[in-house]
Amino acid sequence: MSTIAQKKGFGATVWDFLTTVDHKKIAILYLIAGGFFFLVGGLEAVFIRIQLAVPNNDFVSAGAFNEIITMHGTTMIFLAAMPLIFAFMNAVMPLQIGARDVAFPFVNALGFWLFFFGGIFLNLSWFLGGAPDAGWTSYASLALHSKGHGIDFYVLGLQISGIGTLIGGINFLVTIINMRAPGMTYMRMPLFTWTTFVASALILFAFPPLTVGLTLMMFDRLFGANFFDVTMGGNTVIWEHLFWIFGHPEVYILILPAFGIFSEIFSIFSRKRLFGYSSMVFATVLIGFLGFMVWAHHMFTTGLGPVANAIFAVATMAIGVPTGIKIFNWLFTMWGGSVKFTVPMYYAFGFIPSFVMGGVTGVMVATAAADYQYHDTYFVVAHFHYVIVGGVVLGILAGVHLWWPKMFGTMLSETLGKVTFWFFFIGFHLTFFIQHFLGLWGMPRRVFTYLPGQGFDTANMVSSIGAAFMSIGVLVMLYNIIMTSVKNVKVGNDPWEDGRTLEWSIPSPPPFYNFKQLPLVRGLDAYWIEKMDGKKGMTPAEPLGDIHMPNGSFIPFMIALGLFIAAFGAMYHVDKEAWALPVLIIGLLVTFGSMFVRSIKDDHGFHIHKEELQDEKGAKA
Amino acid sequence: MTNQPLSSGNPRVDVEYRRKKSAEEMRYQVISFTLMIFLTLVAFASVALKGFTAWFTVPFILLLAAVQVVFQLFYFMHMSHKGHEAPTLFLFSGLFVGLTAILAFSTIIWW
Repeated sequence: MSTIAQKKGFGATVWDFLTTVDHKKIAILYLIAGGFFFLVGGLEAVFIRIQLAVPNNDFVSAGAFNEIITMHGTTMIFLAAMPLIFAFMNAVMPLQIGARDVAFPFVNALGFWLFFFGGIFLNLSWFLGGAPDAGWTSYASLALHSKGHGIDFYVLGLQISGIGTLIGGINFLVTIINMRAPGMTYMRMPLFTWTTFVASALILFAFPPLTVGLTLMMFDRLFGANFFDVTMGGNTVIWEHLFWIFGHPEVYILILPAFGIFSEIFSIFSRKRLFGYSSMVFATVLIGFLGFMVWAHHMFTTGLGPVANAIFAVATMAIGVPTGIKIFNWLFTMWGGSVKFTVPMYYAFGFIPSFVMGGVTGVMVATAAADYQYHDTYFVVAHFHYVIVGGVVLGILAGVHLWWPKMFGTMLSETLGKVTFWFFFIGFHLTFFIQHFLGLWGMPRRVFTYLPGQGFDTANMVSSIGAAFMSIGVLVMLYNIIMTSVKNVKVGNDPWEDGRTLEWSIPSPPPFYNFKQLPLVRGLDAYWIEKMDGKKGMTPAEPLGDIHMPNGSFIPFMIALGLFIAAFGAMYHVDKEAWALPVLIIGLLVTFGSMFVRSIKDDHGFHIHKEELQDEKGAKA
Repeated sequence: MTNQPLSSGNPRVDVEYRRKKSAEEMRYQVISFTLMIFLTLVAFASVALKGFTAWFTVPFILLLAAVQVVFQLFYFMHMSHKGHEAPTLFLFSGLFVGLTAILAFSTIIWW
């Protein structure tokens, strides 16, 4: 196989992506799929805001509204934010630790295809008799009584995509533990790698409770069990616990990598070492640790009793401490730095006040006694959109601009990027700031309309106008991406000129083997150290030698496809459809057959020979 | 160097040292195996012997079980050796998460 890129036809490119096990291409798949679901979820958000713009509106019916809010939350969390974060983890983390790929490239591809088919399955519910309508938390007391197959789509779709996320997380953990380049000790890892590590550990421990919860729900709905059915001696609160034991760490799984992205940005564009690196690592680990002891703060009003409420309230407030450490470290990183205002830096600047506001309202809702007032009002909606949009989404948008040149070799337009930022940022505050007050004035969440003259009219209109601003921002960004791809002006290794970590020491996009020779890491911000010593690139840690690479494979696609087919069988089996059982069996046969083929067929990959690498050195520096 | 097989062909593998290490390892294995058998006998005895109530035997057996798990992990599954820090960390983190959930469930749902 030649290492020199060749022109390929469209079909060949598609086949290449269907069979790829390369972490950089999987990252692009995650980016495209996550971006698509982000647009779908965004469209649902726009529908919500249109419906609520004026009182007594009938843009959508009450039932359709329930489906839209459920799918908006579920899509944004599971199918947009997670995969977009995974896109950056895949694209950047192996480069940052100086690895040639993740530890299990095949499993990496499998993780993507499971997520993808799970997401498609969930969204097919729109066309097959109605989407899930019990909220993204799908509380059992509602979900068990939901008519049609909506909740079944939720349960089976999330189960499939959840497996993908879980094996992706394990893959990242193994990669970071075992595949760091020579000299890359734990305390020299870039902060994005650290946050990937902690977030992956959270995935490892948080997803099993979700799997258990979804399995119990599946048995209740599809196979006649009664785990959550109170009339049969079940307990509906158990679902809430299982969901939030997963659900609270989940928000840290999302926000920690966003913190990592911002840490990189502050350091790069302040042209300074990250202030308090070791305390940042400590804060990241501490947030991950505390994240598992706070889940019941979502359930203060279910009647846990004052002792449990007090414990979980105090634990929740404790998380403010490491988060505060981080905020101050970012401020001190900029202090005295030579700050460059690029698009990623705009997002990082906007992030700090936005996220702090979300954090402050977080402490407010963590106060158990006060939470009885805030509970199920728009105050809570405002709070979690401030942390998720103001933290995670700004982080993702910043990451797209920061690493676009590394992933695709082209620079997004800075001007259009700033236009996107201002539209999105102003729109975001316009949409959600007023919702704090709507909540305090008494507007409950998850209602499909409200009556005129209750004092909600103006505020809701303001909120909807904000949503229009955010939509314009996203459209400008799409235009930016298309224009940049059409112009296709290639950039060099270090397009921001101030790159500090290993990913900026190799070409953009990197060759498929990443590093010709593994780099020797001499400290934190390895590439920056070499630049300051007047060197052009990294010092190699090994002589030029053959590189062992894995072969591409279509099997991950087939394994995921099998589960996708089986899910239809399992779901329609309840309706006594004659074809359901055969479909279930065929689907499982496809999955296990593919796994069997994978197990018995030896695939040792291939080697890139030393001579090929040497030839290329002459051709392209 | 103890994690390389004797047949690795590495000239720096000190066979004498390895033999001593292996003997030491074997001694630990035998001791912990004896102890585990002994603890099992104690567990059976505490049930079989008259005079102990269930309020004593149940926690007592659970305690013995916990000790057995530690023996199993550290001596038979080599967690006491070098290079097992990451598995140890994740094992105990998982234990922590699981036990927190069980504690919460047993106190605020099932109590």
